[in-house]
Amino acid sequence: MSAAVLSTPTGSWDVERVRRDFPVLGQQVHGHPLAYLDNAATTQKPQTVVEALDHYYHHDNSNVHRGVHALAERATRDFEGARESVRRFINARSTREIVFLRGTTEAINLVASSFGQGLREGDEVILTAMEHHANIVPWQLLRERTGIVLRVVPITPSGELDLDALPGLFGPRTRLLALTHASNALGTINPVESIIKAAHEHEVPVLLDGAQAVPHLRVDVQALDCDFYAFSGHKLFGPTGIGVLYGRERLLEAMPPYQGGGEMIRTVSFEKTTFAGLPHRFEAGTPDIAGAIGLGRAIEYLESLDWEGAMAHEARLLDHATERLQAVPGLRIIGQAHEKVPLVSFVMDDVHPHDMGTILDHRGLAVRAGHHCAMPVMTFYRVPATSRASMAFYNTFDEIDRLAEALRYAREMLA
Amino acid sequence: MSEMSDLYQELILDHKRNPRNFRDMPDATRAVDGHNPLCGDQLRLFVKVADGRVEDVSFIGVGCAISVASASMLTEAVRGKTVEEAQRLFAEMHDLLTSDHPHTDPAELGSLGALAGVHEYPMRVKCATLSWHTLDTALTGDEESVTTE
Ligand SMILES: Cc1ncc(COP(=O)(O)O)c(C=O)c1O
Repeated sequence: MSAAVLSTPTGSWDVERVRRDFPVLGQQVHGHPLAYLDNAATTQKPQTVVEALDHYYHHDNSNVHRGVHALAERATRDFEGARESVRRFINARSTREIVFLRGTTEAINLVASSFGQGLREGDEVILTAMEHHANIVPWQLLRERTGIVLRVVPITPSGELDLDALPGLFGPRTRLLALTHASNALGTINPVESIIKAAHEHEVPVLLDGAQAVPHLRVDVQALDCDFYAFSGHKLFGPTGIGVLYGRERLLEAMPPYQGGGEMIRTVSFEKTTFAGLPHRFEAGTPDIAGAIGLGRAIEYLESLDWEGAMAHEARLLDHATERLQAVPGLRIIGQAHEKVPLVSFVMDDVHPHDMGTILDHRGLAVRAGHHCAMPVMTFYRVPATSRASMAFYNTFDEIDRLAEALRYAREMLA
Repeated sequence: MSEMSDLYQELILDHKRNPRNFRDMPDATRAVDGHNPLCGDQLRLFVKVADGRVEDVSFIGVGCAISVASASMLTEAVRGKTVEEAQRLFAEMHDLLTSDHPHTDPAELGSLGALAGVHEYPMRVKCATLSWHTLDTALTGDEESVTTE
């Protein structure tokens, strides 16, 4: 069965060749070839990214923007070069709009605390019921500090935003709409273009949580016309510890600093400090220089791939996984939106996701079990947790078939 | 690596499918909630203690096979024991499940020994210890709930 599927030509996409770029994928786990299906948690890194980190520490390690010596110049050039790679990748107008941070979480926290300083008691922020905790809790902290009101776009049973409810949520005091581009718990890709249009008609800026979208979609912040866009390097085949906030220059210019310290100042005296320009004003302290360079390399790697081929392969993987998993007795897929990134969340009668995770791990299948940092989604579906298989362009049909087979085995054993 | 069947022994699966003493207890002397935030396991353990003896013990809740089976086996093991005996059993189970060189011989624990395989799965140890920590709190503490955090 799986051999037949494997021999089906998958467009021009040569998955075996791409897999060789990711040495970690070649290992055995518990005596089985690793099938890494936890890409929504973090992706694996291609060899070239590991080499970029290695090269930086072997040859160029230095602080940035501070020295005039050769190493400092090289480190600064490569760090700022990575910023330009990010700008190109998401088509921002200027590198002034690209802030390097620790990840999506820190990027959203920056907006909540800095943009949030302009909000007053009774001002409103709209979120959705499918947000990751990273796009809920910072706003709740802001609510505690200033008394803002949070409004929530509900979701439908298929796992899509209930957009009929959206117009009623805009009001004269709506200051921001913050929503996920793609859901990590359900896979849903939200129709953000039309949502942004609607928000802008109400003069409400929009923040997109792009953590799950950038690895799978072409993101063009100018075409989207979003105001903020947050994502993490480690979910984009880059290192952990580095992430990005894109912010529309006009908005960033008006925002107060997020943290204070070195790098973000122009002059300091005890009477008065003047701040650096964009984007450094939002980058206090020594940044993750190696991480940024690694992320830049990851982006260059992605640009060297046949992106259309990769996306088509992912779409076929998702179709295949949906079909195979749906056919497993007792299995229910959570999240059946029309447009999805390649992940499948599911529950199985009488088999707890944690038992499932252990049984699958034993067969070399790495999936995630838990609430996926989206407890409101779990509550909506009345499940304590789900299992989630999340794919990337280096996954194979054979891995999906192994998953389906292991799920049948788990059910036979435990139910 | 051990076999899957070392973890999911028939006895454990039997307790998972038919948990014993799975019921509410309106006249309990103590009821304590146990929560494992990592996987969402949630149980409520009831004990009725009279004259220093555990006269009745039961539980309700949701969880994975290991946590349900462990709670179910616990109720069978401690019913009728004195509080001191039950506490000693908690200490032995804790030792068996969590230490690298347990002093406790699983063979001497009767059916509870079936849980010994959990030790090989560090991510799952808390599933098995949840009900035991809850029991310990019910017998000796005064909190209303425990978590594995
Ligand atoms: C949709 C979404 N938002 C935010 C985050 C947080 O990302 P990070 O932990 O890299 O900051 C994640 C990652 O789990 C995510 O999937």
